[in-house]
Amino acid sequence: MTPAPATPVLSIRGLTVRAERDGQPGQTLVDDVSFDLAPGQVIGLIGESGAGKSTIGLAALGYSRPGCVITAGSVLYKGGDIVHMTERERQLLRGADIAYVAQSAGASFNPAHRLLQQVCEIPIARGLAAPAKARENAIGLFQSLDLPEPQRFGGYFPHQVSGGQLQRAMAAMAMAASPAIVVFDEPTTALDVTTQVEVLAAFRRLIQSHGTAAIYIAHDLAVVAQLADRIMVLRHGKMVEYGDTRDILERPRQPYTQKLVRERTRKFAAAPGAERDERLLTLRNVSASYKSFRNVVHDIDLDVDRSDTFAIVGESGSGKSTLARVIVGMLPRQSGMLELAGETLPASFKERTREQLRRIQLIYQMPDIALNPHQTVYETIARPIQFYFNPPKDEVRAQAEELLRQIELPLEFMTRKTSMLSGGQKQRLCIARALAAKPDVMICDEATSALDPLVAEEILELLRRLQTTHRMGLVFISHDLGVVRRFCNKVIVMKRGAIVDGGAIEKVFAPPLHEYTALLMSSVPQMRPGWLDETLRARSQKQTDAIAQSAA
Amino acid sequence: MNWGGRTLINVLAPRIVLAVLTLFIISLVIFFSVELLPGDTAEAMLGHDATVEALATLRRELQLDSPAYVRYWRWIIDLLHGDLGKSLSSGRAVSDLLAQRLPNTFFLAGFAALISVPLSFVLGVITALYRERAVDRGVNFVALAASSLPDFFVAYALILIFSVHLGWVPPISIISPESSLAERLYLTGLPALTLTFATSAYMLRMTRASILSLLSSPYIEMARLKGVSSGRVIVGHALPNALGPIANVTALTLAYLVVSVVVVETVFAYPGLGQLFVDSVSKRDIPVVQVVAMVFASTYIVLNLVADMVALAANPRLMHPR
Repeated sequence: MTPAPATPVLSIRGLTVRAERDGQPGQTLVDDVSFDLAPGQVIGLIGESGAGKSTIGLAALGYSRPGCVITAGSVLYKGGDIVHMTERERQLLRGADIAYVAQSAGASFNPAHRLLQQVCEIPIARGLAAPAKARENAIGLFQSLDLPEPQRFGGYFPHQVSGGQLQRAMAAMAMAASPAIVVFDEPTTALDVTTQVEVLAAFRRLIQSHGTAAIYIAHDLAVVAQLADRIMVLRHGKMVEYGDTRDILERPRQPYTQKLVRERTRKFAAAPGAERDERLLTLRNVSASYKSFRNVVHDIDLDVDRSDTFAIVGESGSGKSTLARVIVGMLPRQSGMLELAGETLPASFKERTREQLRRIQLIYQMPDIALNPHQTVYETIARPIQFYFNPPKDEVRAQAEELLRQIELPLEFMTRKTSMLSGGQKQRLCIARALAAKPDVMICDEATSALDPLVAEEILELLRRLQTTHRMGLVFISHDLGVVRRFCNKVIVMKRGAIVDGGAIEKVFAPPLHEYTALLMSSVPQMRPGWLDETLRARSQKQTDAIAQSAA
Repeated sequence: MNWGGRTLINVLAPRIVLAVLTLFIISLVIFFSVELLPGDTAEAMLGHDATVEALATLRRELQLDSPAYVRYWRWIIDLLHGDLGKSLSSGRAVSDLLAQRLPNTFFLAGFAALISVPLSFVLGVITALYRERAVDRGVNFVALAASSLPDFFVAYALILIFSVHLGWVPPISIISPESSLAERLYLTGLPALTLTFATSAYMLRMTRASILSLLSSPYIEMARLKGVSSGRVIVGHALPNALGPIANVTALTLAYLVVSVVVVETVFAYPGLGQLFVDSVSKRDIPVVQVVAMVFASTYIVLNLVADMVALAANPRLMHPR
């Protein structure tokens, strides 16, 4: 922990940002936020979406997104107020003095240029380094960020490298002109957990070795805790609590912070086991592939009972979502057997009967995309009721109202357009829509991954309650082993389209762990500052052991 | 977008096949729509007082007495062998007529393109850079106004100003095979300007729109946040990604240009393909009409194909597969 010295490198005072539409002031996005950033210090900003953390991060660069206006406060850097500078002055500060690392490197790199050109652009354009020197620096940065073949890496186009590599390349781009401050805006949110560990470690090494101060923005407290000296908790644009990382984690004072800290530890009641359990879903040797790729999932065996909460876990690209598509028939299986309650299902959904379709329902990761924004809540729920059961009109209405009650949305939401709901409410609506079919199996494909942690917890609770009342089997696809462990009773672990580990939760997660399961487990960030160090130490120890073993 | 393992050839091959197929269908349409016209070439040549015997003799001579599909087959096979037929009115080989007129038309269209493409590209970038400001509004207004006026109106207006009032250039553009390049440029100035007016607006507005549509993308925000100047953001970051759509529009506009040459050539009495086309229609010189229509159609299709190729080549995902 760095003690705060007298002169901060960046000082934010009473920052207030408001939304503005057609010149009319609207909602307050950031409300009177102040903090000082000392040289070399890392401050973490944490909160759910809409908390204003990205807006603060951007304000540190004197930037506000279209439709947002900094209405009060100051951002002091080297004696100047960035808020009141001319656009040209601000532009000269950006990159050279204050740099930015965006959430989605995939979208934030220009697809038309090679990586090296983009990394070196600012140092060369500002005359901070000769082109040859700038390239040499960039290669040095690639090396220190553990990027493969640092000499050649810069010659690739953004689409030619992986997401984790791209995110590190973006950190290299931010550091290229040796700025005093870097703003990291959710830089690891889009990455797999196993990749996240490496990228976090690379970031930390980089800012420590350069003595760079940083603002680290994330919605995951456990991640922020690994890098930040101090943490500010934000909600609805206001500061909730601000303190040293250890204090926030160990002695949170505000109820909201306490909830955030506890979020990973809540236990869910088990789904009640039935007296006479019933086998719902059986897969034997199921394989399937997309046109241009060979076997995306292969030789899958699994059994889901009516009382099961069955987890399918793995990293992106492991084939877990593909498996869901195979089960519902959107991607027809090429071989193997798929039974629902003893009845063999046709490979393609097109050949399945309406009754077969009804009994398996799917919930997607992105409720925004899964809902028609022009439909009302009522239309969204009524459609499957009519499609599967076609009861009289008032009966449709009654069933829709009952569903809305079950997902705990007020009845006056019926006439609202789905686009007016929040992320959590949208996901509730998706659940209601699936529930309307009275399914036997509900498949949740990363159904809580895009949601804020506390909202995700509420959705999990809702799912568990519905599962109990409706007696349905739940297939829960997730990359988050922490959630799976607390929420599910059976699990399969997938890697490159195949099952590598599986069984009852207590068994799979009890030692001795399967190697890959152990890697996934150790990658789940934990709510203590030393977690990253321990994980890295354990990994390098394992590597040393492996080398020693192979040498022996 | 995932291109899988596809290469440029894999992507282009089906388009080329489609282009050939389109050309085939167009040849059918051209041939049989001419067939639908009342009367035939023999009647047109001999006039209304021709005797039945004379008509029959001429039809036999011109092989007009066989059924339409046989004549189509003969025509298309001859075309593929490079035999374009003979003009009925002058008796000269159609290929000779083309050899004389085609270069003139391409010269005029090329000259117009040489002015309008760079002009609209630069104006498009400038209007994107100074969007919603006076320059942008002014350029857009003029461009829209010019493109809304019919070609012949613009042509006559230009003649009125530059020939009648100012007397800088002659009102007609008659060139001969002996004309020097300087002479040609001087004489085709007005028609080229007319075509520039007709085609620039669309290219300009598409250039502007393609650039602006990219300005809200994350990598443009990123470029701003890393301190790239606003001019460099447009030219260095937005423009390279807009090249595909811009090239596409440019090629399409050029195709349009070759076709709108018909009107402009007639107004300026310019000895190009368009004028030949109009003359041949009025003389019912069907072999010439058919071939010239095929030339226009091929130009259109080839330029469309080029547009596709350029748009694909501008995509780094395709040029640099993983």
